[in-house]
Amino acid sequence: MKPAPFGYHDPKTIEETVALMAQLENVRALAGGQSLVPMMNFRYAMPDHLIDLNGVAGLDILEIGDNIRMGAMLRQRRIEFSEELRAACPILHEALLHVGHRQTRNRGTIGGSLCHLDPAAEMPAMMRLLDAQMTAFSVRGARTMRVDEFAMGFMTTALEPDELLTEIRLTPWKPGHGYGFHEYARRHGDFAICSAGVLIEADFKGAVSRLAVVVGGLDPVPQRLSETEAAAIGQPISAKLVEDIVAAAGQVETMSDAHVSAEYRSHLAGVMTRRAMTTAIARLGVKAHV
Amino acid sequence: MSETRTITVEVNGRSYTRTIPTRLLLADFLRHEIDLTGTHVGCEHGVCGACTVLVNGTSARSCLMFAVQADGRSLTTIEGLAAADGSLSILQQCFHEHHGLQCGFCTPGMLMTLTEHLRDHPDPDEDELRTLLTGNLCRCTGYQAIVEAGLEAARRMREQGGVK
Amino acid sequence: MSETFFGASVLRKEDAALLRGKGKFVDDVKLPGMLHAAFVRSSVAHAKIRGFDKQAALALPGVHAVITHDDLPEPMRSRQLPLYVPNPHMKQVFMPSVLAGEETVFVGEALAIVVAESRYIAEDAAALVVVDYEDLPAVVDPRAAIVENSPLAQAGAVNNIVAQVPIRFGDTDSAFAKAPHIFSEKFFMHRGGPFFMECRGVVAQWDDATQKLMMFASSQGSHRFKRAFVDLCDFDESQVQVVTNDVGGGFGPKGSFYVEYAATAAASMILGRPVKWIEDRRENFTATQQERDQYWDMEVAVDGDGKLLGLRGRLVHDGGAYVTWGLVLPWIAATSVIGPYVLPAYHLELIVAMTNKVTCSPVRGAGRPQGCFVMERMMDRIARELRLDRAEVRRRNFIQPRQMPYNIGLTFRDGKQAIYDSGDYPKSQQMALDYFDYAGFEERRKAALREGRYIGIGISNAVEGTGLGPYEGATIRISTSGKIVLYTGATPQGQSHQTTLAQIAADHLGVSYDDIRVVTGDTSSIPFGMGTFASRTAVNAGSSVHLAGIEVANKVKKLASELLEVSPDDLILKDGGVEVRGVPEMRKSLRELAHMSAGMYGFSMKGDRDPGLEATSYFKPEQSTYANSCHVAEVEVDIETGHVKVTRVLVNHDCGRVINPMIVEGQIVGGVAHGVGNALFEHLLFDENGQPLTTSFAEYLIPMATDVPNVDVIHTETPSPLNPIGVKGAGEGGTIAVIAAIVSAIENALTPFDVTLASMPVTPEQIVRLTRHKTPAAAE
Repeated sequence: MKPAPFGYHDPKTIEETVALMAQLENVRALAGGQSLVPMMNFRYAMPDHLIDLNGVAGLDILEIGDNIRMGAMLRQRRIEFSEELRAACPILHEALLHVGHRQTRNRGTIGGSLCHLDPAAEMPAMMRLLDAQMTAFSVRGARTMRVDEFAMGFMTTALEPDELLTEIRLTPWKPGHGYGFHEYARRHGDFAICSAGVLIEADFKGAVSRLAVVVGGLDPVPQRLSETEAAAIGQPISAKLVEDIVAAAGQVETMSDAHVSAEYRSHLAGVMTRRAMTTAIARLGVKAHV
Repeated sequence: MSETRTITVEVNGRSYTRTIPTRLLLADFLRHEIDLTGTHVGCEHGVCGACTVLVNGTSARSCLMFAVQADGRSLTTIEGLAAADGSLSILQQCFHEHHGLQCGFCTPGMLMTLTEHLRDHPDPDEDELRTLLTGNLCRCTGYQAIVEAGLEAARRMREQGGVK
Repeated sequence: MSETFFGASVLRKEDAALLRGKGKFVDDVKLPGMLHAAFVRSSVAHAKIRGFDKQAALALPGVHAVITHDDLPEPMRSRQLPLYVPNPHMKQVFMPSVLAGEETVFVGEALAIVVAESRYIAEDAAALVVVDYEDLPAVVDPRAAIVENSPLAQAGAVNNIVAQVPIRFGDTDSAFAKAPHIFSEKFFMHRGGPFFMECRGVVAQWDDATQKLMMFASSQGSHRFKRAFVDLCDFDESQVQVVTNDVGGGFGPKGSFYVEYAATAAASMILGRPVKWIEDRRENFTATQQERDQYWDMEVAVDGDGKLLGLRGRLVHDGGAYVTWGLVLPWIAATSVIGPYVLPAYHLELIVAMTNKVTCSPVRGAGRPQGCFVMERMMDRIARELRLDRAEVRRRNFIQPRQMPYNIGLTFRDGKQAIYDSGDYPKSQQMALDYFDYAGFEERRKAALREGRYIGIGISNAVEGTGLGPYEGATIRISTSGKIVLYTGATPQGQSHQTTLAQIAADHLGVSYDDIRVVTGDTSSIPFGMGTFASRTAVNAGSSVHLAGIEVANKVKKLASELLEVSPDDLILKDGGVEVRGVPEMRKSLRELAHMSAGMYGFSMKGDRDPGLEATSYFKPEQSTYANSCHVAEVEVDIETGHVKVTRVLVNHDCGRVINPMIVEGQIVGGVAHGVGNALFEHLLFDENGQPLTTSFAEYLIPMATDVPNVDVIHTETPSPLNPIGVKGAGEGGTIAVIAAIVSAIENALTPFDVTLASMPVTPEQIVRLTRHKTPAAAE
């Protein structure tokens, strides 16, 4: 399983990179390589040109403040081992432990996972949960879009063929927020059949002041339960609230394939959502009215 | 269309300069360009882990890297684990004592993954090692002896007060 | 040297090279002028091949040849691969040609071999070869294949039935007519493929000047490959040498002779250069032989006490497109059903179907797991219906030790009556249950249930025919340097022969096992061999080593006795020499003796001796020797997701006398891991057109380190009376019974839902479907 021939380019700056992307046809960008290179070895992907991003300056920043800025080439490993990032945005760390294996996280990048956009991937689901903003660069300049605009369909992003994802930005939730991530995969590190992520904040009365719920693996792109989230604002944190969210998760239209039926996936959506809600509520430290 | 590049790679402390096709996978470079056949190729799609090497001290699947990406990097492979006098590392010795290999094909990957981990996490428990080793498949041993070898190696290394 | 190596857990000689990355696997072989091959493979399950367009491929720089069936040298071109396990029950025998000629019968079948400067270029060229297919209907499901007027898997066949054989003893009609209880069950079993970590491969070097073929292979039997070449090409036996060095796992399917090996040799013959072909993982999923589906439709008759009166039914087995392994796999499955139990009557209609998929051939366990599964699931069923404890039902049915040797009434795959020679089955189970605390489990299960956790325990027993013939040989030779070499046709893929066989020999020769070099899998070193598969090497090669060791020791003593002028009975072999017992100064070294026995140039040989201190023995077993095991497994089921975690496994394994306990334990634990895969994870899927749907390690799930528990292994030793060292095979025992034990445990965990499980694998989705809409019965 050897890759087909390609022209290899290793630019050193973002400007060089986007200039190449504008000039060349049938281009793929090489980030961590953990998804792209298997596809090239299988010859499912046969780019005429491979642009190696690993030497491009300025693409792997990590800034943690009022906002978190992650360069597209930031290695998953750095996200996993950054104590500061874990404190600011703990759900990222929790989800990341389910992503592949040590070796894949050593080289895999946040940007690569987002651009590959596998329906079962955890990072796109977390970015959706966190309402991330993506910045893309091309010879025409910079462009910013929300993650739900970015993730368009089955392994399809809104990036133009000559656009390079450079940065992901998100705003951490308040310190002490509740968070929970659960997924079901057959074995450790496998792609999730279904995953659920929950972020929750409560007011001083113990009612929901902010809620975000994402389910992944059901649809080609991660799904937020936006309506149910909105309806939950002001509601007391209770078993009923949890079941409402679970029911909404079960309503999400769901894919089916040779290995897993839609019915089972949908069932799992409910289970994972319930577990993620329960974990998030427990971490919030608010007594739930169960 | 066989585009080539000249690269210089340090492997196990020795420098190699070669002109190679840009599509040459790092695993194939190690095995066939510089004749270090200890790194094994089991799947070429990044699941089995037999091809694991250390790149600048960090474990990576060499079937998912192109050799050109190793230009200027320092690699460690299984051939670099034993001491200059040929004596086995503590981890290798523990594999030997605990029957941590049968056919030996997954073994290079197991050793490299564990070498990195024990260096950075000197006091692992069994669950931690089993979780770590999910990135390395074995069809012969059932993993038990490998985990035992890893735990024993960690213990001995802690006793010795550091990494060999 | 008073140390005994037989029975000791000595460390392995193999490790020194393997741990340093100095193994010699087939892809490590590099010959001057070597070229690289890739195959063009069928992209459809069934078609006539009308032709090839090779132009674009041949035009690519670096391509040396694109060889199809018509380009093959004779006689290879006109022949099919030889069938080495014929069976008179086979009505239709289809074996492959070296490259598919006019018809292709499974996705992945080799159609052309492309040879180039590198594998990269060979793959580029292979992608440019255009194949002109004329599609034919494909047959995928074996149950549909055996229906009249089904499309044909092989265009030249009469139907899709390879064989339809009644396997029977006793009077099932009468047993069922009289039985107070009859229970029926349909079983689906799928066993998947070997998925060794090292894919297949060969390096072929044809030397036109000497008219000799040299082949390096990743195999389970070098002599088998040689024999296939000799038969396929009408060579004489001096014209072929096959060498197998290190092999990264075999598990059965590396023992077959595949078309790719012949095609690679043909490429070398045509080009006059060495050619290397290394299978990649995608090819491994479609072109390496595998086990697959079996559909069993069974009923069991028992008396009021749960004792077996009879068992009957039908097995439809998916054989694939060719019959490379004859009826071996389904035959073993059919005859392993009986297990360690007294079964008065049995009638199984065995139907082997042809389908448009790669040949089905034995994978670790080789049909025994399936046979065991039938009986063990039935035992659980009987227990449940008659409200008996599961261990008790088994206890009531065991063959007792005093009944040994026990003829079960069937012909086993070795062509002999299956006669269990030794074993204590009741004790085997009792020991396992005691060790595991089976008696205390039900309380634990109920306590867990009250906490909302579903845990379960399962038991399974198996009897395993091991040590298959016809033979495996060993030559032990003392070099004139005094160093000892042991040659054998055994061809290991991780089973540690270099250590275990040296252990046996060392005890006879008065040296350390480290001082004996064991050379395996080289056809030039010993004329006849079979290979390492079917748990046969300890019995066959081990016995041969034992016998040859005794013979060499006797020659040494005889020669020394003449020189030292004492009786051979007064001599002992010790520390690399031979000395008079109690008088160590009266001693001759092996080196001295070897020189003497090699003769002096120009002088007559003394006495009546043949030259050399060596002996060759080919142990030929009368029949298989039967090992047995009891497996106990504990699982926890997550009811919401259906996820099954195997939390504990205990194996009480009896393989007779144990040469090296550490190595046997490694085999058992590894076998259990494979069984966990079969019970929960491994499934090769095909669509209705015969397209494989599981073609990578991302889709086909083999167990990881977090999926296999720590396994407790207890050894029982009931020596085999059928060979001089009392051993039985151990390579497959870990796999055979554990699958049924795990499924039994899952069913037990799901007791509140009252479900029946009759398939392998059992998936989380299946469990959720079975339990989701049921209200669990309260924990009593």
